[in-house]
Amino acid sequence: MNSAVLPQRIRTRLRRRHAAEKRFRCYGVVALCFALAFLFVLLATIIINGAGVLIHKRMLFEVVVSEHHGDRYGAMIKDSWKAQFPEVTERRQRRALYGLISRDAEFLLRERLADVPVPDNGIVVLSVPFSSDAGEFLETDPDKRDSFSKRLSTEQRGWLERIEAGGKVETVFNSDFFLNADSREPEVAGILGALIGSMLTMCVTFLFSFPVGVMAAVYLEEFAAKGRLFRFIEVNINNLAAVPSIVFGLLGLAVFIGLFGVPRSTPLVGGLVLGLMTLPTIIIATRAALQAVPSSLRYAALALGATPMQAVLHQGLPSAMPGIFTGAIIGMAQALGETAPLLMIGMVAFVADIPDGFTSASTALPVQVFLWADSPERGFVEKTSAAILVLLAFLAVMNSAAIYLRKKFELKW
Amino acid sequence: MHPIPVTTTATATSEISSEQGEDCVEAGSSVISARNIDVFYGEKPALTNVNVEIPRHQVTAMIGPSGCGKSTFLRCLNRMNDLIENCRVKGNIFLDGEDIYAPEVDVVTLRMRVGMVFQKPNPFPKSVYDNVAYGPRIHGIASSRADLDEIVFNSLDRAGLLDEVRDRMHESATGLSGGQQQRLCIARAIAIAPEVILMDEPCSALDPIASARVEDLIDELRQKYSIVVVTHSMQQAARISQKTAFFHLGELVEEGDTERIFTTPKDSRTQAYITGRIG
Repeated sequence: MNSAVLPQRIRTRLRRRHAAEKRFRCYGVVALCFALAFLFVLLATIIINGAGVLIHKRMLFEVVVSEHHGDRYGAMIKDSWKAQFPEVTERRQRRALYGLISRDAEFLLRERLADVPVPDNGIVVLSVPFSSDAGEFLETDPDKRDSFSKRLSTEQRGWLERIEAGGKVETVFNSDFFLNADSREPEVAGILGALIGSMLTMCVTFLFSFPVGVMAAVYLEEFAAKGRLFRFIEVNINNLAAVPSIVFGLLGLAVFIGLFGVPRSTPLVGGLVLGLMTLPTIIIATRAALQAVPSSLRYAALALGATPMQAVLHQGLPSAMPGIFTGAIIGMAQALGETAPLLMIGMVAFVADIPDGFTSASTALPVQVFLWADSPERGFVEKTSAAILVLLAFLAVMNSAAIYLRKKFELKW
Repeated sequence: MHPIPVTTTATATSEISSEQGEDCVEAGSSVISARNIDVFYGEKPALTNVNVEIPRHQVTAMIGPSGCGKSTFLRCLNRMNDLIENCRVKGNIFLDGEDIYAPEVDVVTLRMRVGMVFQKPNPFPKSVYDNVAYGPRIHGIASSRADLDEIVFNSLDRAGLLDEVRDRMHESATGLSGGQQQRLCIARAIAIAPEVILMDEPCSALDPIASARVEDLIDELRQKYSIVVVTHSMQQAARISQKTAFFHLGELVEEGDTERIFTTPKDSRTQAYITGRIG
């Protein structure tokens, strides 16, 4: 189209409008790149920090099981370990030596002896994790090991290098991290306890907030008289969605634990508190989704003699389902990452067991991240990043499930 | 029972056979009579003092300019106005002599007897079959699967849609054309065997060919049902209805035989409207 036919004034303006359009798009691209860059840096940092957790060094350790130790497994470990270093005589040296292998070694030995009978020669070969510092030292490139001078003495480093030269050190996949619960020792601390705790908590949250939220929204949207009380409730549900989460923790502490006597620090109470927090999000999303369903469908059902309940169950809800799922997942994702309310109800406790039910003491992923980030041991640094990755993976799985469900309901026309 | 009011203007059309069985009163007598109907939206009156008789087995057309209250009146007949916030209805509407606004009346039963077709085709986002089967299913009309099949097929047949959808009974109804969707909605309405079918501008969202088919269908359906059609098209009213009621500014200005209304209107406003001077 030739713009030359247009008057000069309009042509100038047209040029300016096109230029403005171009600038506007550029701003958008810049904003997007900015956000993506930060996201990339964030993820890259976490992955680089946390990836180390996937593999770790263990020692093939020959433990001499002797009768005179009875069931003092710690002593067996210490004696067998000491025996490999005949030059160690002083008490101070012995302590330094014992500090190189994980304190969990004695439990591993106990478990092994419970499962497998002792061979005739009395020697059990055990794969034992190193202590956190020793493991890190061995994982470090031999040229760069000088930086450990502050955390390991020259003597300790010598012992480790001797063990390494003896071919007793193996590099294996760190299944401990994925199969253990929390521990005081960073080298054996695992995420499974927190992961299961989070799963159980999310189950309770979903089972509590989804039906209650959807029912409340359906009632408000389809049945409630739209009077002054309705508007009061409406405003307060919106307000509730903006209440700081820690307040819900206080509420849970007072009501669920104080009044109803739900056991503290359990997935049950955690799920209920997070469910309360998620409730307004689900109600708001469900109402919006129901409003978006064309009212002609509802009228069609009612005009055929459907009761209002049938109209909403047969026509309103199925069409609104994708929107409801989207809202539910936003609420659940928020709940999954929530730490503050859980602190109030005791889920911040150190729990070294994997929870086996809704009422056993447990922690949750974000709380685990918080606990590890707070720990002074250096070994917890990479665990923290790895735990964040597990949290993100859990979130991704949960979101995919929601997207799948949404697509499924959309396909049903 | 109230005595069944009989219209003075009714023309008993001889070709109508009494297929409705023993409760079928002579064609042309009133199936619905509205007495002193006032409707308010909040404080604003939408209809004042409407008195009209809906004859049995005939097509009654409601015409008038936009906002004259004809759709409002139609929605009074199956109490769809109940769904509108702030809407108040005063007066009495008798369906076969029973006041439908009486407190003991169950709207579910009422709407079983008075079906409705809307302006915009509104099939459920389900299969063609499920759309028609919806009414019989919620009311438990069919005694068996075969029975339900029969109801669905008959209804589609009577709506003149069966041949077009026979092979796509289980495909989504939203894939049908606009005209087919509207006839599907009619099939859905007749599947629960109502006495009266209300149609709120059923052709206004359709193209002329689809409209013509729906008009033919309406004409056939009056053999079995009493039909009330709201339309803004005077030509359509003239083509399909036996009786016409003209609304203007919330008032029922004039009612009577369609032929008479269009040839010798009594009221000057009716004359102005049908000659295109208002509306």
